[in-house]
Amino acid sequence: MTNRNILIVLALAALMVAPFVVYPIFLMKILCFALFAAAFNLILGYGGLLSFGHAAYFGGAAYICGHALKVWGLPTELGILVGGLAAGAFGAVVGLLAIRRQGIYFAMITLALAQMAFFFFISADFTGGENGLQGVPRGYALGLFDLSNNITLYYFVLAICLGGFLIVVRAVHSPFGQVLRALRDNEDRAISLGYDVERVKLLAFVLSATLSGIAGATKTVVFQLASLTDVNWHMSGEVVLMTLLGGVGTLLGPVLGAGVVVALQNTLASGPLSAWVPVIMGTIFVICVLAFRRGIVGEINALIKRSF
Amino acid sequence: MADSILQTENLTKEFRGFTAVDSVNLTIERGSIHALIGPNGAGKTTVFNLLTHFLPVTRGAIRFNGTEITGMKPAQISRLGIVRSFQISAVFPHMSALENVRVALQRKEGRIFQFWQSERGLSRYNARAEELLDMVGLSSFSKALVADMPYGRKRALEIATTLALEPELMLLDEPTQGMGREDVERTTALIKQVSAGRTILMVEHNLSVVSALCDRITVLQRGAVLTEGDYATVSADPRVKEAYMGKAA
Repeated sequence: MTNRNILIVLALAALMVAPFVVYPIFLMKILCFALFAAAFNLILGYGGLLSFGHAAYFGGAAYICGHALKVWGLPTELGILVGGLAAGAFGAVVGLLAIRRQGIYFAMITLALAQMAFFFFISADFTGGENGLQGVPRGYALGLFDLSNNITLYYFVLAICLGGFLIVVRAVHSPFGQVLRALRDNEDRAISLGYDVERVKLLAFVLSATLSGIAGATKTVVFQLASLTDVNWHMSGEVVLMTLLGGVGTLLGPVLGAGVVVALQNTLASGPLSAWVPVIMGTIFVICVLAFRRGIVGEINALIKRSF
Repeated sequence: MADSILQTENLTKEFRGFTAVDSVNLTIERGSIHALIGPNGAGKTTVFNLLTHFLPVTRGAIRFNGTEITGMKPAQISRLGIVRSFQISAVFPHMSALENVRVALQRKEGRIFQFWQSERGLSRYNARAEELLDMVGLSSFSKALVADMPYGRKRALEIATTLALEPELMLLDEPTQGMGREDVERTTALIKQVSAGRTILMVEHNLSVVSALCDRITVLQRGAVLTEGDYATVSADPRVKEAYMGKAA
């Protein structure tokens, strides 16, 4: 227990000094995707449901937050919150339609509805179509701290993403988390004990969508831009890759997976291999599924278990 | 007429023209242990699935405590007080035995959707869960991961989990199936013990278990009721022997 606390303190210290060592924008991108993957993991790893439309919540919230900040002139925190709540509301609608289905059918329904969202955002006026929603103001944190400073913004983003991550951790280790585990283990038995499994799954789905939305909205503030990339189905695939690579059903796995994927993309995009990024990502995905299904953190956990 | 807890009226289930359960009229008396027996394919498990609404009823009615419950959702049936077990042991394998029982207690206490609370708060159910585990002889297993427990113990755990809900009517689907003799004896004694103050309907193949436990026996054959009565009556019925053994030469 004390070992774990030491590790947590060290990790927090590293996060505090990181922006003075590494380019802060890059770090913030990792933080946003880490929260996205952690939120996605809540429904895949703990709910046992593969959603293939999480880009709709991430990207949808990105647009709505961008619009709220740029046109409505809301304070930054409120804009992000509005983005997250909108994503949660859309998640509730999708969840209500999809939650009765399982496996591939669930994935197809979530994908189909996410594609509908994509076509909405490509054709709606406020999104700027192919150009994206540009020039979103970063504003001030709590009306005091100027977020146009990258270091200040970093701490703001860190606070939001850590907060979101803590919500995921708490949900997993809550009475609700126990019910989710039971449901994933043996759904029929959970029903026979009187659980309304659809409502349980729906709550997990809405939580996941809301937090994905917070991640997407925060990303808009960082880049001052919401674009079609955020709502594209590629984004839904990427978050699956991050989660699987890091370790599905582990708390830290998706965070690590997001870090690895974003770092790889950034390194490769500027080098001679930039045209090959999708191929390299695809290869990593295949290797991950074939050779280490538990993901990085999952494999490490298994190793630790075996050696003690 | 004695007080009945569950009644079915012309209960029928058809699968694409095949009648799996055919106009079954069952009356389960309150406080009794009632067995449903019959050869393979007689429709016993289907009756269970109909009673707990895991399968929709084609025709007929089910009444629980005099109220019609036909068409409700399985989780609703459970909350009314009819809790079933399954043929294959129904446990949560990746949780500890204690957590298995606690999940049932959580549902009863309505601690379902609290995602913002710490799971440490669930320890308030530990005492009751330990008590239930102790009752089925599993006190030494409370911290054990259920996946690692022997089969017979998993069935006992299933009963403890079911008891946590304090059901009025327990439906046990082949509680001794696949067990060695020692486990069968232990489970029989356990069922006898927990039957106090409640009603049990069980599907069972092992006739010595049925004769030791059951007050009333309904024999099903090809989806219909062949006969009903106490063990002596039923076992003396030549049609029952024929159903199990085939026609005498």
